[in-house]
Amino acid sequence: MSNALEDLYQTIILEQAKARTGEGIEEHSDGSSHQVNPTCGDEITVQVDLDGDRVSALRWEGDGCTISMASASILSELAVGWDIDTARDRITTFRTVMRSRGAAELPEEEFEDGIALNGVSRFIMRVKCAMMSWVAFEDALAQALATGASHATGTTSAGVSHC
Amino acid sequence: MTSPSVSKTSPEALTLAEVTRIREDFPIFGRQVNGHPLVYLDTAATSQRPLAVLGAMRSFDLQHNGSVHRGAHTLAAESTELFETVRAEVAAFLGADADEVVWTKNATEGLNLIASAFVNASAGRGGPDADIFALHPGDEILITESEHHSNLVPWQEVSAHTGATLRWIPLGDDGELRLDLLDDLLTERTRVVAFAQVSNVLGGIVPVSRIVARAREVGALTVLDVCQSAPHLPLDLHTLGVDFAALSGHKMLGPTGVGCAYGRRELWKAMPPFLTGGSTITTVTMDHTDFIDPPERFEAGTQMTEQVVGLGAAVRYLQQVGMPRIAAWEQMLGTRLAEGVTTIPGVRLLGPSAGRPRTGLVSVDVEGVHAHDVGQLLDAQGIAVRVGHHCAQPVHHRYGVTASTRASTYLYNTPSEVDAFLDALSGVRHYFGVGA
Ligand SMILES: Cc1ncc(COP(=O)(O)O)c(C=O)c1O
Repeated sequence: MSNALEDLYQTIILEQAKARTGEGIEEHSDGSSHQVNPTCGDEITVQVDLDGDRVSALRWEGDGCTISMASASILSELAVGWDIDTARDRITTFRTVMRSRGAAELPEEEFEDGIALNGVSRFIMRVKCAMMSWVAFEDALAQALATGASHATGTTSAGVSHC
Repeated sequence: MTSPSVSKTSPEALTLAEVTRIREDFPIFGRQVNGHPLVYLDTAATSQRPLAVLGAMRSFDLQHNGSVHRGAHTLAAESTELFETVRAEVAAFLGADADEVVWTKNATEGLNLIASAFVNASAGRGGPDADIFALHPGDEILITESEHHSNLVPWQEVSAHTGATLRWIPLGDDGELRLDLLDDLLTERTRVVAFAQVSNVLGGIVPVSRIVARAREVGALTVLDVCQSAPHLPLDLHTLGVDFAALSGHKMLGPTGVGCAYGRRELWKAMPPFLTGGSTITTVTMDHTDFIDPPERFEAGTQMTEQVVGLGAAVRYLQQVGMPRIAAWEQMLGTRLAEGVTTIPGVRLLGPSAGRPRTGLVSVDVEGVHAHDVGQLLDAQGIAVRVGHHCAQPVHHRYGVTASTRASTYLYNTPSEVDAFLDALSGVRHYFGVGA
């Protein structure tokens, strides 16, 4: 099978998709966002709690493909402890790399295991899968900041529709 | 123009030799995908196009291109003649008359055109003639749980605009419509019944005449989505007796950008316009317009002439091969697919079981592996299938999944391609470490 495929489904990805770190949402959160991938109907809800300007918890619940589940799991490992600016910066970098068609890579010192997602950027149909939890995270952060630690759930669509 | 060298009349299936010959008309089958020969099993989304279709469009552009129904010069006249000749050819292919066929850009637009009549007439447009389309609270629209979003969402809109109630025929656990409930669901209150002859997810062939007969008993209009049937089965709309139908050219060897809507002549006549403007009129003053007769009444603005010409070549190609022979060939492929997936552990067939009437289309759920991942693994082996909800979320919801993997055939597919798909599908759970 092609090497690109092995890049996409690295062992870390397969393991993270099974591990589903951070899975399980609660009734209350500082910010929450539900995202849908309109192509396949996959869904995710991401909740964040803030402690001052730091992410103190990230929880999620959802169903999706290997790439989307691994991405959510990796995000959960990375995000706790980020301050708001770091979070925004990482989201921007992640989005840029995912959309780069293989031209850019995630820096290892910032993304750790997340660099296993580098291969996704060469699969244009899968970028949305990797992005879904990150878009939900971005939106949940915005909700948390907007409502000042009350809980809100917004629903928007991640990615681009094909139907 | 190249045409396939196969017999026109035999009701028997195509032979492998003929299919091999047909494949030569489709240069795309010569290409490799990820180091493997392309195995194209995504015709239900869009079919491939033979040289004859490309050639027809090219020679139209090189020799005849002019504005249809406008102007007096030779090119305009030739273009108009071609455009109208194809209308007659497509009508004949569907078992209809030329003036009953309206060009649309695709089936979705056709279904919206038909649905819009109910909205407009309910708002008083079209006068007393259009009363047949006027809906009121208490009236019912009947669809099915297996519809493509394009034959579902427009009816939700009609319901929202008119106050008519939307109801649907549910799906059974066996992957078929619960037609045992037909008499309870299709009643004197039902004004319109819209359904697909073949579901783009389940692949089963719906007994149209049974639903049409019941609709007639209660005086309801019928709208048939023939997107997944017209390309694959011999079709005769007059014999079926439906009131309206819609299809897309790109699923039947034609180009994108052209489809058509069929309607019984007197219904088109009674229908208020959909999109309006140039080409839809007879007389326009600053404050009033008289609309032209169908089909032009529903063809607003300059039409997709080149694509219409391409669709004409596609229909000619299909007729030369012979629809009964294509249908028989695909029935064989469909049975092979349905039987094949049924024997793979952890793979569940959505839709009627092997042996029930179906086209060459199966959708499956692979336990423990998401459809996107299935599709990716197959693509790495050169196999093109559709993954996702195929624009039919309620069907997937009905069977407890959000997405599925669909393989769909056409006259150009071979049994060994079906086997390549089945083989690759057998390896999916192992690759993702599921089921052991
Ligand atoms: C059953 C059915 N109806 C409607 C459509 C819509 O066709 P189009 O997207 O070409 O308008 C499709 C194809 O996607 C279909 O399979």
